[in-house]
Amino acid sequence: MSDPVSATPPVFAPWDDPSETPLIHFQNVTKRFGDFTAIDDLTIDIYEKEFFALLGPSGCGKTTLMRMLAGFETPSEGVINLAGKNIVSVPPNKRPVNMMFQSYALFPHLTVAQNIAFGLERSKMPKDKVGARVDEMLKLVQLEKFGGRKPHQISGGQRQRVALARSLAKAPKLLLLDEPLGALDKKLRTETQFELMEIQESTGTTFVIVTHDQEEAMTVASRIAVMDHGRMVQVDTPDRIYETPNSAYVADFIGDVNLIEGNAASHHKDGKIEIHWREGEPPVVGTPMVPIEDGTRCTFAIRPEKVHISKEHPEGKANILHGKILDIAYLGNISTYHVELPNGHVVKAQRSNSLRIERRKFTWEDEVWLWWTDTAGVVLTA
Amino acid sequence: MRPGRTLLILVPYLWLLALFLVPFGIVFKISLSDTALAIPPYLPTLDLSAGWSGFMEFLSELDFENYVFLTEDDLYLKAYLSSLSIALFSTVLTLLVGFPIAYGMANAPEHWRPALMMLVILPFWTSFLIRVYAWMGILANEGFLNQFLLWTGIIAEPLQIMNTNKAVYIGIVYTYLPFMVLPIYATLEKLDGSLLEAAEDLGCGRTEAFWRVTFPLSRPGMVAGSFLVFIPALGEFVIPSLLGGSSTLMIGKVLWEEFFSNRDWPVASAVAVVLLLILIIPIVLFQRNQQKQQEAEQ
Amino acid sequence: MRKFTWFNAVSLTLGFAFLYIPMLILIIFSFNSSKLVTVWAGFSTKWYVELLQNEAFLDAAWVTIKVAVASSTAATVLGTMAAYVLVRGGRFAGRTLFSGMIYAPLVMPEVITGLSLLLLFIAIGLDRGVFTIVLAHTTFSMCYVSVVVSSRLVSFDRSVEEAALDLGCTPFEAFRLVTLPIIFPAVISGWLLAFTLSLDDLVIASFTAGPSSTTLPIKIFSSVRLGVSPEINALSTIMIAIVAIGVIAASLVSKQAIARRNREKKEAIQA
Repeated sequence: MSDPVSATPPVFAPWDDPSETPLIHFQNVTKRFGDFTAIDDLTIDIYEKEFFALLGPSGCGKTTLMRMLAGFETPSEGVINLAGKNIVSVPPNKRPVNMMFQSYALFPHLTVAQNIAFGLERSKMPKDKVGARVDEMLKLVQLEKFGGRKPHQISGGQRQRVALARSLAKAPKLLLLDEPLGALDKKLRTETQFELMEIQESTGTTFVIVTHDQEEAMTVASRIAVMDHGRMVQVDTPDRIYETPNSAYVADFIGDVNLIEGNAASHHKDGKIEIHWREGEPPVVGTPMVPIEDGTRCTFAIRPEKVHISKEHPEGKANILHGKILDIAYLGNISTYHVELPNGHVVKAQRSNSLRIERRKFTWEDEVWLWWTDTAGVVLTA
Repeated sequence: MRPGRTLLILVPYLWLLALFLVPFGIVFKISLSDTALAIPPYLPTLDLSAGWSGFMEFLSELDFENYVFLTEDDLYLKAYLSSLSIALFSTVLTLLVGFPIAYGMANAPEHWRPALMMLVILPFWTSFLIRVYAWMGILANEGFLNQFLLWTGIIAEPLQIMNTNKAVYIGIVYTYLPFMVLPIYATLEKLDGSLLEAAEDLGCGRTEAFWRVTFPLSRPGMVAGSFLVFIPALGEFVIPSLLGGSSTLMIGKVLWEEFFSNRDWPVASAVAVVLLLILIIPIVLFQRNQQKQQEAEQ
Repeated sequence: MRKFTWFNAVSLTLGFAFLYIPMLILIIFSFNSSKLVTVWAGFSTKWYVELLQNEAFLDAAWVTIKVAVASSTAATVLGTMAAYVLVRGGRFAGRTLFSGMIYAPLVMPEVITGLSLLLLFIAIGLDRGVFTIVLAHTTFSMCYVSVVVSSRLVSFDRSVEEAALDLGCTPFEAFRLVTLPIIFPAVISGWLLAFTLSLDDLVIASFTAGPSSTTLPIKIFSSVRLGVSPEINALSTIMIAIVAIGVIAASLVSKQAIARRNREKKEAIQA
């Protein structure tokens, strides 16, 4: 464990280091099933010791991508390198890659210990070493007492851990996890996410996880790849995916967002632009990351928690809107206010409920002011 | 392709080709040949040593004479028609007997159902021949049924059932009953009980709810069961030959006699080919029904 | 809720009476001392004694058992292979023909199957006997085995096999170590089905048997054609008893296994 006080540990960011060679390299990979293109000319690098998340709606190609890594699907075109070697024609049983299946795929006729030993026995490891390794893995996932049980004799959470131990037992270079927590209930899922991260760190294995749960991806991953229709939309760290999405698709897919579409106009000297979006509303002022030409169609995206709400007219703010509260979603820790502007557009604003029994400042039908700074949102052209 | 996979496919494939498809080719070929007093009792036989011309000569001697013969002698037409009517009538009877049993099983308390299931399946595992034979002692003129009916005074003269079509109907219903009960039970068992509650909630009486909900929803099971009885009943041999009389005409029996008693192999083969052509219709319909059901379940 | 009405009770009673009374009569009258099978003349086991001294029946029984064991074993191997090809084989040339040949024998009238196999054996000059019956029975019962096994293969999670490959198995090892143990109950029931089908078959055996290879059904058929006989009643009783004991024992064993499994599952959830 690192001591947070003494020094900041070196940042783990091999993707920013040009001297690093990636563990996995997809080069222009395409996969077609008949007429359907599951993966469309995809190029991506994954580095050693990464916890890499593939995120996207069902049918986006994330599972196909993972099954190509495991060897269950062969790309129609392109090259997949693992540690510098093209593995496209290597069968699954000859790859230094293991997979944890969504259904866990535990062998129902074998005990927990036999399940974990299964891969080791295939690799011709001596008997006594197999036993020691199985014990080690059982300890890692805290199932020492359950080695003699059959899969149907343990709970769902325990089965999930057996599946993890089995896939880690051969110490693969790369572990693939297909919706590993999908079958667990929410509370257990959150706990297990942290366990997964700890195990990933302590074993030093590279993890590639497929999930459709954005919260899960944000929690566990070092980098997230957001996929749509067989393409990578954005590959970045969780904070950058959230704060600086590169497209309206990513902004909308991850978390809650207000999207305002309009035309860019009148450049300020400091690089800020105004977006004219609706007659009768003041233009939105934002800071684009790259210069944008006048008249470009663009989308302004701002997270609800960055939109402030007040009863009085705020002074000197870059963006101020006026509207009426349409709806309030009380979530306990926070409340989300849906504010309708005079032109009918609805903007969401969030406030944390930091006092226990706060006197409700706002209620339905209240006239309120919304405001945010000129750097609170992002200007997107895609 | 991996050699292991090729071997895995080839072994059962070749087996079925050699012992299922090729024999049919032979049946078809012989149905086009002429009867002869020879061993084997048909002409021509293919002489491969004569090469291509021998093959052409062989082909030129094949004709549809035997099929023409089937239409000329009305014994065959009668046999096909009577097979169809016996199979159809027994199927309807089996449905009438089988539905109440399946319905009773589906309504029975849950812990009874496995035992009831076993009671329906058990006869299926016992010898078909023995089950048919069991009725011979019951249906005979001095048999148990007549003894019982005479004793109760319902009849004064013994009924002639044995060696008539009635005995064949009873035999078919008895032996094929499990094929009818099981598919109907399967659909009734899956039926959501709350559908009936909904029907009653919306103002149906119990009987009306049965006719408007349970009965239409069990249709796929009834259709499947009917085909499972009708198809084998059509080609049945054992039941008509043990329980039926000399007037009972069924095509399976005709084929058997044509082959074993008359030793007319070409005609027997033609009878078989025509029976197969007749069977294709219900088999295709049955497959469609099964497919539709599978799609509906998905 | 479903309600068990008096109508249901009556139809079940009548239905099961219809199914079982004929067999009960058969069993009761196998202990009849009279030669007249429909008149009760006192209890006796003499027909069983006579049956056991009847060489022809014993020979036929022996032939039948040999044929059934050989054909059901061959049918189980071939049928399991065929099921695996159908469910997991992917695409290959002639797949439609293959699945057609698997399902067609199930609906084929026995007279046609028997006739066609006989004509084949004659055409290739194969002498008819035990061997030809085994070939014939293997062919039609492998299709039943393949239906039973493939329904099990379809219902089990494919990723279990993929996990075996992922952990280093060759495809054959994956089949031997994972697939086969999981589908084994279905393979066993396939074997039992093939065994009973072979034991039962009259028509196909009649076509494909030679003069020295009379099976029990052929023997029974030729003697019951002449009428009911107490010896056949005794034989039937023995056969019914064997089947009933077998089926009831099998269902009790599987019932216990299911109960144990459910109990263990419950404990797993509580733990």
